[in-house]
Amino acid sequence: MGSGLSLHVPEPEVRPGGAPDFSGVKIARAGTVRRPPVDVDPSEIRDLAFSIIRVLNRNGEAVGEWAGTLTDEETLAGLKTMMRVRAFDRRMLMAQRQGKTSFYMQCLGEEAIACAFRKALEPGDMNFPTYRQQGLLIADDYPLVDMMCQIYSNRRDPLKGRQLPIMYSSKSHGFFSISGNLATQFVQGVGWAMASAIKGGKDIAAAWIGDGSTAESDFHAGMVFASTYKAPVVLNIVNNQWAISTFQGIAKGGSGTFAARGLGFGIPSLRVDGNDYLAVHAAAKWAVERARRNLGPTLIEWVTYRAAAHSTSDDPSAYRPKEETDAWPLGDPVKRLKNHLILRGAWSEERHVQAEAEIDAEILAAQKEAESHGTLHTGPKPSVRDMFEGVYEEMPPHLRRQRQEAGV
Amino acid sequence: MPRMTMIEAIRDAHGVKMAEDDNVVVFGEDVGYFGGVFRCTAGLQERFGKSRCFDAPINESGIVGTAIGMAAFGLRPVVEMQFADYVYPAYDQIVSEAARLRYRSAGDFTCPLVVRMPTGGGIFGGQTHSQSPEALFTHVSGLKTVVPSNPYDAKGLLIAAIEDNDPVIFLEPKRLYNGPFDGDHDKPVTPWSKHPLGEVPDGRYIVPLGKGAIRREGAALTVLAYGTMVHVAEAAAEMVGIDAEIVDLRTLMPLDLDLIEASVKKTGRCLVVHEATLTSGFGAELVAVVADACFYHLEAPIVRVAGWDTPYPHAQEWDYFPGQARIGGAMKRVMEG
Ligand SMILES: Cc1ncc(C[n+]2csc(CCOP(=O)(O)OP(=O)(O)O)c2C)c(N)n1
Ligand SMILES: [Mg+2]
Repeated sequence: MGSGLSLHVPEPEVRPGGAPDFSGVKIARAGTVRRPPVDVDPSEIRDLAFSIIRVLNRNGEAVGEWAGTLTDEETLAGLKTMMRVRAFDRRMLMAQRQGKTSFYMQCLGEEAIACAFRKALEPGDMNFPTYRQQGLLIADDYPLVDMMCQIYSNRRDPLKGRQLPIMYSSKSHGFFSISGNLATQFVQGVGWAMASAIKGGKDIAAAWIGDGSTAESDFHAGMVFASTYKAPVVLNIVNNQWAISTFQGIAKGGSGTFAARGLGFGIPSLRVDGNDYLAVHAAAKWAVERARRNLGPTLIEWVTYRAAAHSTSDDPSAYRPKEETDAWPLGDPVKRLKNHLILRGAWSEERHVQAEAEIDAEILAAQKEAESHGTLHTGPKPSVRDMFEGVYEEMPPHLRRQRQEAGV
Repeated sequence: MPRMTMIEAIRDAHGVKMAEDDNVVVFGEDVGYFGGVFRCTAGLQERFGKSRCFDAPINESGIVGTAIGMAAFGLRPVVEMQFADYVYPAYDQIVSEAARLRYRSAGDFTCPLVVRMPTGGGIFGGQTHSQSPEALFTHVSGLKTVVPSNPYDAKGLLIAAIEDNDPVIFLEPKRLYNGPFDGDHDKPVTPWSKHPLGEVPDGRYIVPLGKGAIRREGAALTVLAYGTMVHVAEAAAEMVGIDAEIVDLRTLMPLDLDLIEASVKKTGRCLVVHEATLTSGFGAELVAVVADACFYHLEAPIVRVAGWDTPYPHAQEWDYFPGQARIGGAMKRVMEG
């Protein structure tokens, strides 16, 4: 066809069978990216959308202008929270494999993002999460047993068996009801923030979305409303490199980075090492303060890697090299924070092993208790009557008839 | 003759048409390299190249919108919505654009487009992996809506849909992908290889759009069903021992009015079954059609069995799904009525 047109379809660097290659992922050295004042003119920090804010260096030291937002004690608490999330995921994955529920999704490798972010928020703030932010709940001490009862769809499931496992909801813990429909929550979070501004309150919102889902129109709708009304919202993109089998280049196209999506909207946009608990906390705090001081939205791209399968229905070996997880240049968030605390003299290998055992025991005890209320296919279940409740505030006549017909 | 699952039959239909007509292009979320989360497009990218079968950004409106542009250009795009539950962002493109392009441009532009999507429940998928939105499409003038119930039909109908010059919504009952599910969820899955309609000829053949099929002849009552419910209704008829005639509609729009009328006039009784919620469901249309055409032949009121008017639950899946017991009970009521 010679000089005719041709369709450009982006491809990842490697596929199964190939050697992992992250040479294209440019990573600034820890501590080198400046920390501007929160009331900076957005046009002066456009470069931050292309760099990467990092605090923890290779030796485990916290360096640069973004360091120092947490005490050692708070950092240790953060480490334990991430360990708890990881242990919870491991247990629930196993429970799904054992047939105790239908479905599960881990956040392996991404724990730092939700866990540290939560610590930058105040009570009253609201998250509009995706299915991969279980860390927000666990970091806020939401009862693990309640999470498990939801996963088991059992009689004590706070959502009455109506929702797919992991689609939690908890207003009191600042966690908006999860939808299976991608990206819808992103623009809703902006609306929540606008409501807080309309009412002259002090609460802010945080909207969450995955790299793949930024392609949805609701992402762009959220950006334009946040930009126009300077909504008090933190707009979080979790770039874990994959959307099921689709690499991030299909959603990102030619924009360079996901953070750069914010620039056209005049929204200050940061790109942050999502596997660095300290960097996540510092950047979250910066953005939260901007929102709370009525300075408007911030877009943050958290750079991380989805170390596990997309869900229990997925097998990533069909579309990416197995070795990719270990080759990921930003490392593992738990290991990095552990090394930091050991370096600080606030932690040790022995205490880490001991903490792992304690957390495992805690999760196991929670699991036992949850299972005493039933699992998806055995034991006590939510009532069939419940299936007809809550469609409307009051049950209309046609539904009452249907419930009668069902004999419940 | 080759035996295929419904997934293999759908894949084969794509392959046949892509080989025959290089205007056929296939895309959607995870559809290219991986071949779709249900593997319905597996191998197509390798065989036909990246510009004929490719991964799309996660944007259903964008997928359908670009497909409409391609169709108007002269291609025959076949796009996949990962689940029917995720088609709503594309609804405006489908309803306001694809459906009306021929009419509003007086034939200047047309839209030979197929939008495929897995539909229905029975897999513990909760409210966002279980819906049956067919009535949202049959209500729209200018769209054709197809729901196959077996591999043979799936291939023939998909080829017919790709060859059709109007937009076709192609709903694939996901619970039937790997076997003819009859509603008995405790029983191990029967594979399609053990079912006569799992025999799928090689190469091109069509099952014409707009033609239903009688799955089981009977004299006592007519059951109008499609998709998964065809198999559940067959099993229910066996269970209650009623000589039911089971009509598999296959295409909901355009509807096979003659077949419906002939069957109901013969039996004098009619039961309508679908998985989708009852109120304003496609069953309401079927009841109206039967009442219109067969009123003086009816010996009992027409009865509907459908999903309850609630979102699709997770834990209570089998209390929600219209199973053999509910359908069998309704058959008895129609016989007594
Ligand atoms: C509207 C909509 N379209 C498609 C899907 C199917 N789906 C579920 S998760 C997913 C990939 C999302 O990837 P990403 O946004 O990167 O989030 P991640 O899973 O990596 O956290 C897809 C396509 C869906 N749930 N909703
Ligand atoms: Mg992702």
